[in-house]
Amino acid sequence: MSARKTERKVLLLQGNEALAEGALAAGCRFFAGYPITPASEIAEHMALKLPALGGSFIQMEDEIASMGAVIGASLAGVKAMTATSGPGFSLMQENIGYACMAETPCVVVDVMRGGPSTGLPTLASQGDVMQARWGTHGDHPVIVLAVSSVRDCFEIAVFAFNLSEKYRVPVIILSDEIVAHTRETFVLPSPDEIEVFDRVTPTVPPEWYLPYEDTGTGVPPMAAFGDGYRHHVTGLTHDERGFPTQRSDEIDAFMRRLFRKITQGFHEIQRVETFMMDDAEIAVIAYGSVARSSRRAVIEAREHGVKAGLLQLVTLFPFPRRYVEKVLNQCRAVLVPEMNIGQISREVKRVRINGSRVETLNRVDGRLITPREIGDCLIKMYY
Amino acid sequence: MAEGMTGLVHKYLRHDKKFPHIWCPGCGNGIVLGSLIRAIDRLGLDKNKVALVSGIGCAGRMTTYADFNTLHTPHGRALTFATGLKLSREDLTVIVIMGDGDATAIGGNHYIHSARRNVDMTAIIVNNQIYGMTGGQYSPTTPYGSKTTTTPYGMVEHAFDISALAVAAEASYVARGTVYHAALLDQLIESAIRKKGFSSVEVLSNCHTQFGRRNKMSSPVKMLEWFKENAVRMHATSKMKPEELQGKFIIGVLADSERPSYNEEYEKVRERARGISKEPNPPARCEG
Repeated sequence: MSARKTERKVLLLQGNEALAEGALAAGCRFFAGYPITPASEIAEHMALKLPALGGSFIQMEDEIASMGAVIGASLAGVKAMTATSGPGFSLMQENIGYACMAETPCVVVDVMRGGPSTGLPTLASQGDVMQARWGTHGDHPVIVLAVSSVRDCFEIAVFAFNLSEKYRVPVIILSDEIVAHTRETFVLPSPDEIEVFDRVTPTVPPEWYLPYEDTGTGVPPMAAFGDGYRHHVTGLTHDERGFPTQRSDEIDAFMRRLFRKITQGFHEIQRVETFMMDDAEIAVIAYGSVARSSRRAVIEAREHGVKAGLLQLVTLFPFPRRYVEKVLNQCRAVLVPEMNIGQISREVKRVRINGSRVETLNRVDGRLITPREIGDCLIKMYY
Repeated sequence: MAEGMTGLVHKYLRHDKKFPHIWCPGCGNGIVLGSLIRAIDRLGLDKNKVALVSGIGCAGRMTTYADFNTLHTPHGRALTFATGLKLSREDLTVIVIMGDGDATAIGGNHYIHSARRNVDMTAIIVNNQIYGMTGGQYSPTTPYGSKTTTTPYGMVEHAFDISALAVAAEASYVARGTVYHAALLDQLIESAIRKKGFSSVEVLSNCHTQFGRRNKMSSPVKMLEWFKENAVRMHATSKMKPEELQGKFIIGVLADSERPSYNEEYEKVRERARGISKEPNPPARCEG
C-alpha cells in the first residue's frame, strides 16, 4: 500500500487539465479540436502530452472537421476525443449523429458557456443540457455526464471512455466554465488503480464477421480498419452487414437495438451521488458546478435545522429516473437549481409521480449560483 | 477466375452486396471506379490495407460496391474522417472519393485545408458539374449560363476551378482527367496514390441525366465527345495561345512537388516530445 502511495503524484490542476489527464489515463490517443473559450486548455494539454505517448493531436479547420477526424481515428481502433464549447458543440452535432448511427465510440466534451450564439465566452452556464440530449437530428439514445470538480473531471473522463467503448456510443461530458478553470490539488491515481475498458473486437474469421450483428448485449464487436475485417461503415440506416437498407424489418430491428443496448446498461450508466439524504425531508437535485454549491448549501441549511439532502446527478442522460423518483417519494419538496431557465427541472417534473413539490432556482447571468442562494431557498421551502 | 477487367471486377467488387448499383446507365462513375481498381491492382495493394472513404452523392456510393475498408461519411466531411483514419493507422492507403458539390461546396474548406496540411492521402473528385442525386441543382462547378433545376433562367455564378484550388493550397500532387481519357486516368490515379502527401485527382465526368439533358447533351456519347473536344493535354498548352485555351480545360499532371507529408512531420513531433530527436526544433519561417 505504501509503495503504491509513493507512485501517486499530487498535482495542482484546473478542471480542463484534469479532464485531459483522465482521458489519457483511459487510453485516449487521438485528439482533434478547434480553439474555443473556455475549453482550449484541454486541446493544449493534449497537444503537449499525446505525441510522447505515440498518439496524435491535430487542430482542424473547424469543429465539424474535428468531430469527423475523431470518428475516423476511432474507426482505426484508437480511443479518440474532442473538446469544445457551445458554438463548436452546435457544429459537431452533425457528426455526433454519425457516431450514434455507425456506433463509433468517442468522447465529446462541452465546456458550457453562456448562449445562445456567441453568448458569453468567459462566463458559465448550463444551457446546453438539452442540446447534449437532442442536439443531433433523428431519434437516438445518448449518454451525457456532468462534472462538478477537478477530481470529477479526471474520474468522469475515464468513466466516459469506458462507457463509450463498452456501448459503442459517443459519450458527452458537460463541464462548465467554473469547473473548467477552478484549480485544485488532485492526487493523480496510479495506472493500476484505474479500471479501463477496451472495446470488444471480433474473434470470428473475417468472412463470418457481421459488423452490426445483434448480440445479447446489443453491442456488436468492433473491428478496426486495417485489421483484415473489411467492412462498410455508413451514416445511412444499414443492415447487420453495414449496407444501406430500406427494409422496414431491418430498420426497426436496428433502431430498437440502438436503444436497447443503452437500456440494458442503465444499472451501470446511471450514476448519482447522494449527500445527507438518509433522513432528508427536503432535497436539492443538482449537477455540475451547481452541485458543489448545493453541497455547501445543504450543510448550512442543516445548521438552521432544515433536514436537507442532495442528489447529485452525474449521469444526466439516460435520465436517472429511479433515483429521482426515490427522492421525490421521500421528500416533501425538491429544489432544482440550474444555470438555465429550467432544463433538468423539466425532466424532474416529468417523472414526478406523487405530486411532490418541485421548485426551481435559475440563474442566466453568467454567474454561478451561490450556496447562500440555494440555502435561503431551502429554508424558505422548509418552514 | 476470369481474365482482364472481368477478373478485376470479381477481385475488387463486393460479392455480398446486391447489385445492380444505383447509377444511371452510361454514368461516368463506373469508369472512375474501373480506373481506381486498375490503379490499385497495378500498385499491388493489399485490399485489407486500403481504406476507401466517400461523402454523399452519386460518387459517394462507390464505397458500397468496392471490397476495401469502406467509409461512407456525411456530406462534405469525407476528408476529415480520412484525416483521423490516416493519422491513427499509418499502414492504411487512404483514398477519398467525392463529388464536386461534396468537395467544393459543403466540404470546400476541408478540401483546402487537407491540401495545405498535406496528410498522406488521395482525393478523387468526380466533377459532373451538377447535384445529380438530388435532382439536378447547380453546383459550384456548373458552367456559367447552364440550365439546371435551380437555375431555370441560366447559371449566373462562375465556376470553381477545383484543381487550381488544390494547386494554390500547395497539394503535393494535382491532376485532372476525364472519363473519356480512361487510360490517362488510370495513370493519374496510380501516380496520385503513389505520392506521399496530399494528392488530388479531379475527374470530369458525365451526368447526362441531370446536366446533359438540360444542356443539349442528353446522351453519354454527346458528353464524352464534349470532353474529347475540349480537353487539352498539359504538355500541349505551352504551344497554345491564351485565346486558343479559352473555354478549354487542361488535363494531365498540373502540379507535382516534394514536401514532407503531415505524417512525416508529426513523427518528428513525437520524437521531439520523447526527447529522442537529434534535430533542433525547426526555425519559425514566414510563408506565403
